[in-house]
Amino acid sequence: MLSRVADSLYWMSRYIERAENDARILDVNLQLLLDLGGEADAMQHWAPVIASLEETDLFDSLYGAADEASVTEFLTLQNKNPNSIVSCLTLARENARTTREQISSEMWEEINRLYLFVQSEAARKLLLSSPHEFFKHVITGSHLFQGVTDSTMTHGEGWDFIRIGTLLERADSTSRILDVKYHILLPSGEDVGGNVDTIQWMAVLKSCSALEAYCKLYVSQVAPWKVAEFLITHQEFPRSIRYCIDSLDHALHRISGVDESRYANEAERLSGRLRSDVDYVTIGEIFEFGLHEYLIQIQERLVEVSNAMYATYCASLA
Amino acid sequence: MTGLFSAYKVEHFFDEMFSAPGVARPHYRRLLESFKEMGAADFERKRNLAATSFLQQGVTFTVYNDEQGTERIFPFDLIPRIIPAREWDLIERGLVQRITALNLFLHDIYHGQSILRDGVIPKQIVWEATNFRPEFMHFDVPRNIYIHICGTDLIRDQDGNYLVLEDNARCPSGVSYVLENRQAMKRIFPPLFSEYRVRPVENYAQELLNVLRYVAPAGREELTVVLLTPGVHNSAYYEHSFLARSMGIEIVEGRDLVVQEGCVFMRTTKGLKRVDVIYRRINDDFLDPRVFRKDSGLGVPGLVDAYRCGCVSLANSIGTGVADDKVVYHFVPKMIRYYLGEDPILGNVPTYLASQPNDLKYILEHLPELVVKAANESGGYGMLIGSEASAAEREDFAGRIKKDPRNYVAQPIVALSRSPSFCDDSMQGRHVDLRPYILYGEKVTIIPGGLTRVALRAGSLVVNSSQGGGSKDTWVVEGEESDG
Repeated sequence: MLSRVADSLYWMSRYIERAENDARILDVNLQLLLDLGGEADAMQHWAPVIASLEETDLFDSLYGAADEASVTEFLTLQNKNPNSIVSCLTLARENARTTREQISSEMWEEINRLYLFVQSEAARKLLLSSPHEFFKHVITGSHLFQGVTDSTMTHGEGWDFIRIGTLLERADSTSRILDVKYHILLPSGEDVGGNVDTIQWMAVLKSCSALEAYCKLYVSQVAPWKVAEFLITHQEFPRSIRYCIDSLDHALHRISGVDESRYANEAERLSGRLRSDVDYVTIGEIFEFGLHEYLIQIQERLVEVSNAMYATYCASLA
Repeated sequence: MTGLFSAYKVEHFFDEMFSAPGVARPHYRRLLESFKEMGAADFERKRNLAATSFLQQGVTFTVYNDEQGTERIFPFDLIPRIIPAREWDLIERGLVQRITALNLFLHDIYHGQSILRDGVIPKQIVWEATNFRPEFMHFDVPRNIYIHICGTDLIRDQDGNYLVLEDNARCPSGVSYVLENRQAMKRIFPPLFSEYRVRPVENYAQELLNVLRYVAPAGREELTVVLLTPGVHNSAYYEHSFLARSMGIEIVEGRDLVVQEGCVFMRTTKGLKRVDVIYRRINDDFLDPRVFRKDSGLGVPGLVDAYRCGCVSLANSIGTGVADDKVVYHFVPKMIRYYLGEDPILGNVPTYLASQPNDLKYILEHLPELVVKAANESGGYGMLIGSEASAAEREDFAGRIKKDPRNYVAQPIVALSRSPSFCDDSMQGRHVDLRPYILYGEKVTIIPGGLTRVALRAGSLVVNSSQGGGSKDTWVVEGEESDG
């Protein structure tokens, strides 16, 4: 496969996943504010969303205060934000357009449909009148794309690069969603484990579509350390960090054809080491280390894997 | 007449569908019959169906100099252009004859130049042609084929005669619309296809791949054929991607390729992979910054050397642009006589060359009746339609012609034939042309029909997509009487 194509497939799926995660975070935050009613200090709920996405500077240059209207626009239809839903889907489609001979027609039509939707006047109106429906549309579109990908594309090298894009982005996003609530609930290290706000932690789980799965496991005891344990270390939940990293390492080895107990390149060495770290870490150790610090470290190590992968498979492009 | 065609006006043009007001030509009668029951609203609904499907599939082209950015669908008119098999057979023979002569011409001018020495074509016309590549004198192209893919534009005059308007011997585009239009028509009007026996076009990509493989360097076992595109921002990118997909080959950009030790390789996730044949959709000028334009970021440094030493084949060959130069065009009937000893089956439109003093005088005196074209522009750019231009525009063009006579030709304004097209909620006559696609490999293959382009603006004679043109599906039908 062409190096450029591998790179484009990887970014195509990353951008779709990113758009989906934007939609989740916004949807849940909007609903959360409804739950909290008048008690909530809305500002306190929106600024951390921007902070966790590392977009504070750009946001401040475009808007005055972080409130519902400004953050929603910033993350949905704002062209100037390269990580807004509309920007992500535009880039995803652009990448799909340059790789149309590699992906299936069904995949192209699905992503093009989603792109045409967010570009339409109807979408703009829907976002104002019924934001939940707008977000639902984006999330469902992303799910459809992933389903169509799995069922219409050959599960070869290209598919593995698509998987890696999705998984890296998802692991990163789950860590950021957890981290958002860290800002609210654990303002200082000593408060770890205290000051439980059940509704807010349920919102965290919902952001990852994890509430139902979590409840099955812990029978509706929503405690912060358990939520964190679930979202970081669960072996089978498809949005947990561990699951994403395990699958990512697996996909990398499928590409090189090397056994998973060994590594053939730097990307595999880094992902293998990251994998064994999250496979064997306990939630106690994580809190001891500092939840925020741990999540930041995960994000940094994901970037290293991504860079190493680019160097291994795509760098000859430059 | 009833329904959609009740108010249709044939006027004083050659009409593809009607021989006289209310009288459909034999090969259009069944079509007329089946549209009788259909109202404008129903027709409009079908039209939207087609437009939506094109948009969803991303069948779009890019318009330059358009702030809106970028992608538009190519307007598609649902009334097919029908050509009876007998008429098509004549066109086909004419095109085979023409492509054969053009290839012989290219071989000749890049070798012995007998046609110039015999005075059939003035020497300076070839030597001054922008796209003549003296660097390739005495170079032998694989299998002796220069133009592998040619799009020759045909028009019909007042009497319905087919004439060649121009040849596109570099990177003709539009064939993807032929295939997409056909697919759309089959979905929208399935019953029509059971009533007419329409010759299929679906084998184009396979035939193209056969041609590309045929010209591959000798002695290579597993051939790698790629399509070289300028990139996603090129106006024809959709077509590039469509063709690559249909042939099952990689679509590459210049930066995906690298030349090492005289061979061309593509950069893959598993290292470098040798490339044998390149179907390039990039003009000569941009192919290789070491040989042609130094500022080209689209090409591949060293590609021309690799081509010269026979390690990689290109389609079309380098230097074919001299054959579709609008001045050289004037001499194609002479070429046919010179190389083949035959009379041209398809005629040319009479052409005046501004470089000839008598012609120049005539052009300047008759500008309002002429179409003036720059010799090397395409896409409807660099052109003056005398009858539509203002006095100031004509003045401006006259100045340009006098300054650079070699670069201009003029032709009488041909009243192109018209075909019923759905515009502003009713059927109206619109001017059309026809671009068949000719493939030259082991044999010459022409897919039946080609792209019918239609000038959707009332009265306009310019069919280019960049100038408000649209397209129609083109049917070559078996066993239908021709009234010609």
